Amino acid sequence: MTEHTIAVGTDLEDVESFRLRARAWLADNMPRLTPDEDGSMEAAFQRGDAIWPRARELQRLLYDGGFAGICFPKEYGGQGLTPAHQRAFNSECAGYEMPLVLNTPTFSICGATILDMASEEQKRQHLPAVIRGDEILVQFLSEPRGGSDLAGVTTRATRDGDVFILNGSKIWSSGAYAADYALCLTRTDWDAPKHRGMTMFLLKVHQPGIDIKRIKQINGNNEFCQEFFDDVVVPASAVVGEVNGGWAVASRQLFHERNAVGGGSPYVSGGGGPPRRGPGTAALIEAVQGVGLADDVYVRELVAEAHALSRVQQQLIARVTEGMRTQQLPPPAAAILRLFGGQAATRIAEINLEVLGSQAVVGDQDHDLEYGRGFLMRQAGSLGGGSTEMARNIISERVLGMPREFAADRDVPFSQVRQGR
Amino acid sequence: MDFDLTADQKLFRATTREFLEKEMPLTRVRELASSGIGFESDWWKRGSELGWNAMTVDPAAGGDSISGEGLVDTCIVAEEMGRLVSPGPLLGTNLVAAALSGAASAADHAEVIAALMAGEAVASWAVYEPRHGWAPLAPEVQASPDGSGYVVTGVKDRVDSGDQADYFLVTAAAPDGLVQVIVPVAASGVTVTRQHSLDLVRRYARVDLDGVVVPGTDVVRPGGSAESAVNRQIQTAVALQCAETTGAIERVFEFTVQWAFDRYSFGRPLASYQALKHRFADMKLWLEACQATAGAAAHAAAQQADDADELASVAKSYVGQRATDLIQDCVQLHGGIGVTWEHDIHLYLRRATVNRAMFGTPSEHRRRLADILGI
Repeated sequence: MTEHTIAVGTDLEDVESFRLRARAWLADNMPRLTPDEDGSMEAAFQRGDAIWPRARELQRLLYDGGFAGICFPKEYGGQGLTPAHQRAFNSECAGYEMPLVLNTPTFSICGATILDMASEEQKRQHLPAVIRGDEILVQFLSEPRGGSDLAGVTTRATRDGDVFILNGSKIWSSGAYAADYALCLTRTDWDAPKHRGMTMFLLKVHQPGIDIKRIKQINGNNEFCQEFFDDVVVPASAVVGEVNGGWAVASRQLFHERNAVGGGSPYVSGGGGPPRRGPGTAALIEAVQGVGLADDVYVRELVAEAHALSRVQQQLIARVTEGMRTQQLPPPAAAILRLFGGQAATRIAEINLEVLGSQAVVGDQDHDLEYGRGFLMRQAGSLGGGSTEMARNIISERVLGMPREFAADRDVPFSQVRQGR
Repeated sequence: MDFDLTADQKLFRATTREFLEKEMPLTRVRELASSGIGFESDWWKRGSELGWNAMTVDPAAGGDSISGEGLVDTCIVAEEMGRLVSPGPLLGTNLVAAALSGAASAADHAEVIAALMAGEAVASWAVYEPRHGWAPLAPEVQASPDGSGYVVTGVKDRVDSGDQADYFLVTAAAPDGLVQVIVPVAASGVTVTRQHSLDLVRRYARVDLDGVVVPGTDVVRPGGSAESAVNRQIQTAVALQCAETTGAIERVFEFTVQWAFDRYSFGRPLASYQALKHRFADMKLWLEACQATAGAAAHAAAQQADDADELASVAKSYVGQRATDLIQDCVQLHGGIGVTWEHDIHLYLRRATVNRAMFGTPSEHRRRLADILGI
């Protein structure tokens, strides 16, 4: 593993001068959102599948302006700058239409994993294309048989000369229908214990043998997909890392995922902050004032609580990121951010419903039900990116050093592991 | 604790920790509690020699910080004191010394400031009034103009270290607005009555001010100019209080995790049960989040950042609640021993409970936050 270290050099452009340059460039080049236009990703998804080609165009604009891939190294098409530059850039992006949909998983999870774990040739093939907006990436990790027990994957890759043949199914892959390549975790050795028989591929998404179905969620979003593999042919050159060494790649990917979902990724560009479900506190304050509840002491306290949680989340991200960077916290501490994100989202969804009450569930326009729908999707924040139960296991076992949970499949050849009753 | 301490700050932390562990271990705290003593003046003086009361003082008035952010440096002391539930007037003395040295009248207070820095005198922030919650900007204590000074009448209570303080920083209502004055305990008309406190060594008192004559040289903020000063004092109080509370929960969490490894039930350590591991994970989250928000509030206050008022209330509303949640959960995980006088955990629970309730409850700070946000 050639773990990539983010730039800390001294010959870099000063952060403040970079900020001013970004501010001027954004003003001259990026499309502005109108005052009543919501720049969030949730709002973008409501505009439908066109979000993806639009994101490619916007990313290309950023690339041409020298503001794409700020924390990716220069040799792979990035800017080779630091997280401080990225934060400065993010804070300048308010009010502009940005390709936020490319942040996760393309940049923050898949791109980051390729940078850390892929071969030189793979990095040169994929990363510049990703940073230009030409290549969108997706994760093929979870399977219908279960999400938390990731290392139990049963999608089969069988070697046949210079190629592998894939059969099986993957699920919960966001935006797979619009993606170009996937990091796909498969099983290649069924006689080895489960962690030692997997192989990761950089798989072309649109090719013969792959059938993609879209999954509709309770808020109407249909970005999630399920893929079915029927004798898909993959060249051996698409293996990331070692054959049967896929778990090392997946582990790195999970680290980046926890970091991204928790809001600590330096590769998230354009909006900053963690992904959030439903509108932020400013919008809630406006909504509360709009329905004449701003003088109610109980409502005021709840809104303040939601705001405080958002601030504490930002502060926690800064702290844990610094702790991991300086090795005062181990990398699994990213699970702390993931857990806070899930809990904060839950509480805020609860507050939104409590504060707006009946006006969140019945209204003149569909738009009035936004907070009600946010509540229906409340648990998504504790599921996507790894469940909060898994995050708690990780924190207790790998941050606090408590004993690992018993696993019936440990050190057992995978072919002998029970897969159901 | 901050993950970005400088080498000098780390050295200072080590020195302070060593001093406290040697001079004020929990056994000594219990002795003080049972002998009815809050803190010993001689001990306080020796601690002050380490610089405990000089770092929040304006450099022009003789202050000297380690990092340039004196309040952040003082929070290191507060955290260490929280780890050992130390007695002592750290918060009040620093808050008052900073308030005096930051006033236009600082030169008038030079002697008091010097005595506070040296630990020879103790000061307290007299901010609560009987039958009122947290209303630092709405005092009923009255200040009537009297020459270049005031005559002050009214009652303050829940005054931190009130029975051992030499000076009180008093906010009062004058005809032309809010004022702040420094009142020596020896002044005529001042009566101090000790109150009962949930904390065993942090003591409080009621201070009756009956026509106390305050000369012009003891006026800190004259008519109408006290409001922004009080807001800064809230920032300082919350930063030091939250730092102390996070120090306390850091220590409680440490010994409770250790307990989970050492204690066996059904032939396995408590730390091996998933139901308990998940609770420890939640507690680790609360601990890190408390440290993050307490640290951010301290930095914002030290830098006088635009959002310093906001971050003070964010920190207090979060830390106040989560610290007591964490300690109560640790009591539960200890089992019956956790609710005995013999076990030290109640010393921490007492401190965290008093800190949660004093200088604004979480709920009071959420209401203040709503005001700040302009809801």
